[in-house]
Amino acid sequence: MIFLQLFYEFFKIGLFAIGGGLVTVPFLFDLSEKYDWFTLKELTEMIAIAESTPGPIGVNMATFAGFGTAGVWGAIWATVGLVAPSVIIIIWVAKLMDKYKCNRRTNAVLNGIRPAVVALILFAGMDIAKITLTGMLSGVLFALLLASIRFWRKSPIFYLCLSAIAGIVLQI
Amino acid sequence: MRELLNLMMLFAKVGLFTFGGGYAMLPLLKSEVVERRRFLSEEELIDLYSIGQCTPGIIAVNVASFIGYRQKGVWGAVFATLGMILPSLLVIMIIAAVLKQYMHNRYVAYALAGVRICVVALIVDVVYDLWRKNIKQIYDAVVFVLAIGLLYFCNLSAVWIVLFAAGFALFWYEMKQWRKK
Repeated sequence: MIFLQLFYEFFKIGLFAIGGGLVTVPFLFDLSEKYDWFTLKELTEMIAIAESTPGPIGVNMATFAGFGTAGVWGAIWATVGLVAPSVIIIIWVAKLMDKYKCNRRTNAVLNGIRPAVVALILFAGMDIAKITLTGMLSGVLFALLLASIRFWRKSPIFYLCLSAIAGIVLQI
Repeated sequence: MRELLNLMMLFAKVGLFTFGGGYAMLPLLKSEVVERRRFLSEEELIDLYSIGQCTPGIIAVNVASFIGYRQKGVWGAVFATLGMILPSLLVIMIIAAVLKQYMHNRYVAYALAGVRICVVALIVDVVYDLWRKNIKQIYDAVVFVLAIGLLYFCNLSAVWIVLFAAGFALFWYEMKQWRKK
């Protein structure tokens, strides 16, 4: 049953992805290997589209992956699966709120996880780079983009549009 | 019911104008929830972010659930979250449906190839920032290298990497406490 499978897989992501932004990406990589729901190439396009459309990236990714796999209901099941752990856990935490504060042990664990999360995101980027940076032209474009992102900070949308135009003009 | 729907619409609006991750949502939430509706103070909103960061799940959804719960209990949390995901569902499905038809067009393919290069650049940029914020001690660097090694050589899934890092950090913390005694 594809809907339950989508719900289950995205529920797991919602449970284990801690943080914001691109934290769901490494988990989606696992999915692209485990199932034939989407390929690595499609995942990369999903990231670009999720970054340049309204809504939190993680939610966009779930919707996109679910829709690509099983249409409208796939999108709904995947997205609800992704957010269900948040709602359950946050309600529980809110109830404990008065007692709850990130104590020292919790903080130590969270600080210890972060370097591993950085590694996860970098590894995800490397995998995309392998299938994307294939020639001289793409390498030069990459270097130019990276330099302008770092030193001339504009929104990701700006750079995504720019690189789409560059892709058409240069026929990459 | 009406208040629940209002809550849902509020977060749908926030979701619609948020581009990027949960942190991009902060300025918008501040103006809607703190300044206009006075649901909570600015300090409380920042606290919610740190809780959203500490708990499993996407930050944006965690923060929405929390504010919803504070306003209207369990159903408040559910409706706020539904509001948060509504724009994504609608917009992404339209884009996915339309884009699929044009996927084989030559120019769309060129544009997407360009966009993919940009995604790599954006990820590298994010990693650079994260590295500067989170990798400060030798311990952090060791965990980073171990994680990369496990990913590369053992092909472990992200869930296991997170669990291993958590176990390792807990072990390290207890060791330090024990040595202090």
